[in-house]
Amino acid sequence: MLSIIHSMWLTFLHMFHKRETIQYPEEKIKLPARWRGRIVLTRDPDGGERCVGCYLCAAACPVDCISLQATEDEHGRRYPEFFRINFSRCIFCGYCEEACPTYAIQLIPDFEMGEFNRQNLVYEKKDLLVNGQGKYQGYNYYKVAGLAIGGKDKGQAENEEPPVDVKSLLP
Amino acid sequence: MATLYIDNQPHEVTSGHNLLEVCLTLGLDLPYFCWHPAMGSVGACRQCAIKVYKDENDKKGRLVMSCMEPVTNNQRISITDAEAKEFREQIIGWLMTNHPHDCAVCDEGGSCHLQDMTVMTGHTYRKFRYKKRTYKNQNLGPFVNHEMNRCIQCYRCVRFYKDYAGGKDLDVFASKNKVYFGRHEDGTLESEFSGNLAEVCPTGVFTDKTFKQHYTRKWDLTMAPSVCQHCSLGCNTIAGERYGSIRMITNRYHGEVNGYFICDRGRFGYEFVNAPDRVRQPVMYGKTVGRDEILNEIKKLLKESKVIGIGSPRASIQSNFALKELVGKNNFYHGVPENEHDMAELAIQILKEGPVRTPSLKEVENADAVFILGEDLTNSSPMLALAVRQAARVKPMAEAAQAKIPDWHDYATREFVQDKNGPLFSATVHDTKLDDIATEKYYAAPDEIARLGFAVAHRIDPSVPDVNQYSEDLKKLADRIAEGLKKAQRPVIISGLSSESVSVIKAAANVAWALNKTNKNTGLVLSLLECNSLGLAMMGGGKLDGAFNAIFHSHADTAIIMENDLYRNGSTATVDKFLKMCRQVIVLDHTPSPTMSKAHIIIPAGTFAESDGTLVNNEGRAQRFFQVYEATDVIQESWRWLLNMGVNAGNERMSQWKNFEDITKAISEEEPMLKGVETITPPANYRIAGQRIPREPHRYSGRTSMNANINVSEPKPPEDPDSSLSYTMEGYRGLAPSSMIPYFWSPGWNSVQSVNKYQEEVGGHLRGGDSGLRLIEADTNKEPNYFMSVPEVFYPIADRLWIVWTHHIYGSDELSRKSASVAQRVPKPYLLLNPSDAEQLKIAEGQPISFEVEKHLYELPVRINKTMPQGVAAMPYALEGMPATGLPAWGFLKKT
Repeated sequence: MLSIIHSMWLTFLHMFHKRETIQYPEEKIKLPARWRGRIVLTRDPDGGERCVGCYLCAAACPVDCISLQATEDEHGRRYPEFFRINFSRCIFCGYCEEACPTYAIQLIPDFEMGEFNRQNLVYEKKDLLVNGQGKYQGYNYYKVAGLAIGGKDKGQAENEEPPVDVKSLLP
Repeated sequence: MATLYIDNQPHEVTSGHNLLEVCLTLGLDLPYFCWHPAMGSVGACRQCAIKVYKDENDKKGRLVMSCMEPVTNNQRISITDAEAKEFREQIIGWLMTNHPHDCAVCDEGGSCHLQDMTVMTGHTYRKFRYKKRTYKNQNLGPFVNHEMNRCIQCYRCVRFYKDYAGGKDLDVFASKNKVYFGRHEDGTLESEFSGNLAEVCPTGVFTDKTFKQHYTRKWDLTMAPSVCQHCSLGCNTIAGERYGSIRMITNRYHGEVNGYFICDRGRFGYEFVNAPDRVRQPVMYGKTVGRDEILNEIKKLLKESKVIGIGSPRASIQSNFALKELVGKNNFYHGVPENEHDMAELAIQILKEGPVRTPSLKEVENADAVFILGEDLTNSSPMLALAVRQAARVKPMAEAAQAKIPDWHDYATREFVQDKNGPLFSATVHDTKLDDIATEKYYAAPDEIARLGFAVAHRIDPSVPDVNQYSEDLKKLADRIAEGLKKAQRPVIISGLSSESVSVIKAAANVAWALNKTNKNTGLVLSLLECNSLGLAMMGGGKLDGAFNAIFHSHADTAIIMENDLYRNGSTATVDKFLKMCRQVIVLDHTPSPTMSKAHIIIPAGTFAESDGTLVNNEGRAQRFFQVYEATDVIQESWRWLLNMGVNAGNERMSQWKNFEDITKAISEEEPMLKGVETITPPANYRIAGQRIPREPHRYSGRTSMNANINVSEPKPPEDPDSSLSYTMEGYRGLAPSSMIPYFWSPGWNSVQSVNKYQEEVGGHLRGGDSGLRLIEADTNKEPNYFMSVPEVFYPIADRLWIVWTHHIYGSDELSRKSASVAQRVPKPYLLLNPSDAEQLKIAEGQPISFEVEKHLYELPVRINKTMPQGVAAMPYALEGMPATGLPAWGFLKKT
């Protein structure tokens, strides 16, 4: 009997607490920056596609919902010819982001992706690529890689010597 | 045998090896770079350091490079010793100081030996704070991509390219920490084996350029064991597919056939499978139709008309057999020209009824004397040329062994051997790429080569008829060759069909048989022209001319032509007439051809990648290739199409065959020479621990996404009714039977170096025995039945040229030349002439010459070659738009 009264008293007190319920969708939830929501492909500070088509995200994906095909532009820069994520399979685990060596693939705090038709959950590159750097500012993979691309020849990356002169006899 | 204590554990090991080989054979993980099982040790990379102890009381030990240290009995070593481990980690650390941050964009990533070894040693962070060294790259042609920044200076590339394969145009330049591996200037790598650099290089300096154009990680490929389709040697390959197209061909180790390497024709010739002009839909009377319409039409034709079938030496024995069964034994014709047909039958007769065994490529590598008659091996059977190159080192290496230098000690043996070569006698029409190591070179017309062969055979066994009227020089040459061959312990005679001369083959057989009387280790290799030439010849069937006559004389009115371009195998006029006189021409092929353009019904057949089949190589070894990926419902194996036709038309026997196995069993029962072909692979219901063997690695990605653009619900993975391989990543991960290894992988070994784990002994046979079944075994005690007819002397005739074929590695093969990369290397047609003939004809290099051969008029630019014999000219074999038949013949010069 006493415990029932105690419980009712506690419930009564809750009327004066701060409300936890959010009036979604009128009111939006504030999510931390590292929330694992919708996946985007970002660009480097110079506006180039960050994704180099290395397939590591696809390999890391436990549900195998990422597929892509790498290709090259005429100057040797790798980028994905197509990049497809099947969000109806995605479990938002974030392994792809962890695996990405170029910070291209990122999970962002957006979860509003509901669809009536499952087919619409298949996102292609045009749906994934955004015009910004996302969470990781300032990183440009090709500036640290040894590969020469358009606008960056051998020896012009960060922390690189100029190319060796094979014919030189100097010590 | 010796007892070796590794970390205080005793192991029984075979002596005569170095410690690294032994450790790897025992399955222990020890990192290495510069050592390669086919090329031996040089001790350059310092990566395989271990501790060796004096005795059991020695606790300190000393660091040695395991690849440079021979095994001795009761030796005590340690791999796990802390000092050795730290040493190995530091070595990787140094190697990585200049290695670029490239893995994400490097084609080697995921199958990279450097990655594997870095993980194995535990090196994780680059401690070197200074700048990285960089290099400019070179354009090395259509096959190999160059990215010199990634180099770790292991020297494997030049050791393979120069020392092993005899290439001249790849070398190491500059000095100290600037060393550069490349050509002296940009340009196409000349060696026919340059593609192996991609596998030999432990990192991504040399990679497959064709693979780069449709790049996929190794773990994403659907792979199946395959057999190369581009010459008669039957090298084992692995074909990898992604998104419905073939992406890459790599070598599949076989202890007896190809070992660690394949040629560039085999590696880069695969792109015909992906060609945009591939036949992908059935066409009937100019209209694209469905399966059933085709089958019903053929049912009608089989009932109403008299049908003949023309098979093909580039189709599997299953496809040829199914065609034979569909049209009936007497209506089945081999689709090869008469000369080739006769020579293939002669080859079987020689190998089967003669007393000499035909050796495998591995055995050729170990031969201590080689006599080549009439074959330009580098162009007709490239891997045989590579084997001969190794054979030339056997004798000097034996001398090195007497000086107590172990054979794996590559640097020391090379210092000892210098430029010495063992006896290699080469008699060819003109110069070949093996001439640089040949002891004796002889350039002559095919008949003269045969005469030299007879002369040599006569000197070895006088019961072979001698040659009349020959010069003193030739006599002396024959003496020297006979002497060289008689002294050898394991002589090998090599000839083949590319000379198109029956007497050359007979001469080669005589030499081998004569030698066999005193030396039972003699070998005779006959190379053929197509991947299944021998298999087809074993099957029995009419000649192509018979097929033509059947139509010309109205014994038949309809022809089913399977995987065969008749214009390649018959003269244009005859084939035109034949196709015109046929009421119905049904062509079953995967690649468009002039024959197909005249067909009434076109049926899309699967290439090797979409087919299961068995091929018989020149050694008589039956080998199975497996379907790599399921094609569409209308692209199927030729044999399956024929089976469907047979069943639909009510053929009772064919109705009993349900899959590959049934048809193979029927072959084994019916064809006496192909008995046992069903045993070369385990049956389709074979399972290991209840599981199939997966074609896809366990890291295969994108399964739920790759087809999601078409339909978000994933389709059921296809099931394979013909083999115990699965089309998925699920299945048994351990060792597969040697005949069906879809890819080489072992935990911690993602690169091709993991093949060590699949071998009984490093560089030896695959576990469970090498695959394939040798269908021909000679009885070496038999009395030889010599060929007695010596050809007459060849006399040049004025205003005429005796025109012979010359083969080209790129271009002479029908399928590989459709590959975009190979197409860039195909020569333009030409006529090869002796300078004095050219002078007589007042013609200079590059000028056109007109001549008529067998009523066919040619006008070709002249190339002058000093080694061409007088009165003889050579024309490239079967280039696009040129026939592969009709020669050798007299060419009548036309005045222009």
